Amino acid sequence: MEEPKVNRILSGSEQGEKKEDGAGGPIILFFILGLIASLLVGWVAFPTLLYSQKKQPIDFNHALHNGLVDNGCESCHFFREDGSYAGAPKLAQCIECHEEANSEDPEEIRFVEEYVKKEREVPWLVYSRQPPCVFFSHAAHVKAGGMDCVTCHGHIGESETLKVYEENRITGISRDIWGRNIAGIKRNSWDRMKMDDCADCHAEARMSGGSVQTQRDGCLVCHH
Amino acid sequence: MKIDRRSFLSFVIGGAAGTALTPLPWKLTDDISIWTQNWPWTPVPPKGEITYVSSTCTLCPGGCGISVRKVEDRVVKIEGLKGHPVNDGSVCILGAAGTQFLYGPMRVTGPMKKVNGAWQEISWKQAVEEVAVKLTELRGKGQPQSLAWVSDTDRGTTAELCKRFLTVYGSPNFVRAASIQDAYETALYLTQGNRAMAGFDLARATYVLSFGSGLLEGWGSAPFIFKTKNRMQKSGGKVDQIESRLSKTAAKADRWIPLAPGTEGALALGLVHVILKEGLYRKEFVGEHCAGLEGLKKAAGAAYAPEAVAKTTGVEANTIVELARTFAGAAKPLAVNGRGKGQLPGSLQETLAVHYLNALVGAVNQPGGVVAVPEPDYIDWPEPEMDAVASKGMQQPRLDGAGGKSFPQTRYLANRLPEVIHAAATSPVQVLFVSSSNPAYTLLDTQNAEKALQKIPLIVSFSPFMDETAAMAHYILPNHTYLERFEDVPAAAGFPKPILGLTRPVVAPLFDTKHTGDVVLELAKALGGTVAAAFAWESFAACLQETLGSMWQTLKKDGYWVDTAFAPPAFETASHKFEFTNAEIGKLPAYTPFRAPGDAQSFPLTLVPFDSMRLTGGWVGSPPFLVKAVEDTILKKDLVLVEVNPATARELGIADGATALLSTPTGSAIVKVNLWEGIMPGLIGMVRGLGHTAWDRFLAGKGVNVNRLMKPVEDPGTGFEAAWGVRAKLTKA
Repeated sequence: MEEPKVNRILSGSEQGEKKEDGAGGPIILFFILGLIASLLVGWVAFPTLLYSQKKQPIDFNHALHNGLVDNGCESCHFFREDGSYAGAPKLAQCIECHEEANSEDPEEIRFVEEYVKKEREVPWLVYSRQPPCVFFSHAAHVKAGGMDCVTCHGHIGESETLKVYEENRITGISRDIWGRNIAGIKRNSWDRMKMDDCADCHAEARMSGGSVQTQRDGCLVCHH
Repeated sequence: MKIDRRSFLSFVIGGAAGTALTPLPWKLTDDISIWTQNWPWTPVPPKGEITYVSSTCTLCPGGCGISVRKVEDRVVKIEGLKGHPVNDGSVCILGAAGTQFLYGPMRVTGPMKKVNGAWQEISWKQAVEEVAVKLTELRGKGQPQSLAWVSDTDRGTTAELCKRFLTVYGSPNFVRAASIQDAYETALYLTQGNRAMAGFDLARATYVLSFGSGLLEGWGSAPFIFKTKNRMQKSGGKVDQIESRLSKTAAKADRWIPLAPGTEGALALGLVHVILKEGLYRKEFVGEHCAGLEGLKKAAGAAYAPEAVAKTTGVEANTIVELARTFAGAAKPLAVNGRGKGQLPGSLQETLAVHYLNALVGAVNQPGGVVAVPEPDYIDWPEPEMDAVASKGMQQPRLDGAGGKSFPQTRYLANRLPEVIHAAATSPVQVLFVSSSNPAYTLLDTQNAEKALQKIPLIVSFSPFMDETAAMAHYILPNHTYLERFEDVPAAAGFPKPILGLTRPVVAPLFDTKHTGDVVLELAKALGGTVAAAFAWESFAACLQETLGSMWQTLKKDGYWVDTAFAPPAFETASHKFEFTNAEIGKLPAYTPFRAPGDAQSFPLTLVPFDSMRLTGGWVGSPPFLVKAVEDTILKKDLVLVEVNPATARELGIADGATALLSTPTGSAIVKVNLWEGIMPGLIGMVRGLGHTAWDRFLAGKGVNVNRLMKPVEDPGTGFEAAWGVRAKLTKA
């Protein structure tokens, strides 16, 4: 009956005396090792493993196009007559200018050869595509709310090359929804596109439809 | 340094502590929740441009306008077309489930030939060639009349092409599948002299007396009937339902008058008797517009006095008198008949009796009454040239006997085909074409019908779906579904105005299917000679456009054309009046209630089929959405429930929910028993539309096909299918 008690005391408070076992130091060491390893896994390995890297089918130059069109983003990312938002342009729109290649640019030539001539839609990977369960209306925000594209989408319109599309291996959605920062920290309004980010803005704009239970603002704008 | 259990544990604890300091657990939780809310196998319509296409539904004869919602090229929803004169934005459960006919597993995806009992995919060229060779052979033998064509409709360009093909080929045997319209058309022709369809101005009626019509079970054009009936009842109108079973219509009626099934005609004549005897008829209308009242007085004489009718029908004599007074006294009364959805014509005399009631109260071609809607006449092609073989073939009597000596007033008798085939040593039908029809499922005593069909050396099905008849065919030359093709739809069942709807392709054909109209053109071309010469059109689309002429633009724009200024045609009888009796009517045998066939000794009960809005009973099988919506008082797992009155069950010693063996003279089936006061003692109610053997895995093998247990009854004057029930026995299984 006494044995376990002795053992417990020894291991608990008299580590020094147990040095001959070679266990006291390593226990802390192993704790620290575990701590460091998990920190590395959580902060470095996990974000790397979580996302697969995908290249866009064509390296599109937003900056170049933006300089050529009259109506800014809406020239290609337009609203349909019924008010719905068309999203990434379809081939039909591209063809309006690119029936033939207009330059020596190898990407443009490839685009014309592989998509225009074969009448295939370009399978663009949309950085800001929300999961299917999310309801979002561009018309409400841009047309009614008067927001500009940059607020949520950042300065993609000024980019000369398309960044790598990172796809979450679990959810299949883009990394840009959660944001680049794995901890979810954002500096700019366009860094994240989660529901809390919607809620932040809705709270700021004093949108009606707050929730009594959660004391948050603007929930019922979408959840009704 | 020794690595022991404790160091391992502290490593793990360190790891756990560290992990808590990373975003991993929170991010992982978030991702998993997103994943579970968006299961990758849950179908999600693609994002894209949303468009609507206005079309006309052809899943039943209702002729409703539909608005088909698409996201890019994917059909995602079917809604009623707003502003459409028939259904104005409403759609029935079947119409709403229409997308499943496009994307469902019941589709036949290309032309097929049965080789050694197994389906083999073939090319369209081979399919048309091989069928054409058989047809040429048959013509060569001088037997073109042994080609028959069964179809759900004889109207519209496709049906006219089929009929024209048969004509120039040399066969009079175009057969339209049966429905209550057969009885109404004949009744209108005999009494009014009009070749017309029956429309019902329900919206303006104030009292509807329904002789078993399933106004809420899909009778007529369901959304039209639902809407107008509700509107009418809300504005003070009344509906009385005469039926042996508490159907949904009966439950929602102002009054339910149960009667012995099959005696509806006797009750109608009983009401006629009271109305005549008490002088309750509209003398002005009858005097001015009707002839032969004396004959009617004789037909509805003492044999139809209330006491006698009470004995036949089980409805009390004073109820009969009171019903007659209520009907005749209503501002705008209207009587309708056709059991359930009206899928069978029933006895002509019964329809006539009900129609007489309408005439007596002036509800014929008047607001709130039965309206004769003339048959469409816009298809006006030049008479085809016929060769000697065709002329000779066309002079042969119809195989089904319609229009012949026995049934001079009848046009089509699909129900008589099995009998005709069985009666001959070799099948008089050598080649059977079947389009939008499923005789192997819908004909009564299905097993017998199947045996007859098996005697036909060549069956060619044009069905887009693997229905029972397609499954037993030798070739399937699949049509596009109604969401992939053009079709003109003249008339909407029960709608009181001439209307022409356009069915149009909502999406490009998904599979290697072909419009039956185009196949007819190709077959004609392959046959050559006068047959080919009768079809000058390049394609069905060209033919349709030319046929519709100036109407094409209206149809393309609005999806339908309706004759808003329509006035019902004048009576075209010899007397130019509504004739209660005349020479033709006089030739018909007098009304007698038909008994359910079968020996009452061995089969003490009577099986009566009923219809449900949630199941189709015709050539179109129920899509999965409908099967899912069927109540558990009708279907439990794969077993059909039959309705039995508790009093009957007590006598039989059968408990609620028990499994039992249901036998009739034509077969037996295992069923479950649903005790219900809503059905008369002595009857067994079973839903129509289950027990499919083909179609798809969501429908096949569920329940029992009630037609399989039924036995045909021939209406002696017309040859119509007049069976409303069959003798049956229920024993504990």
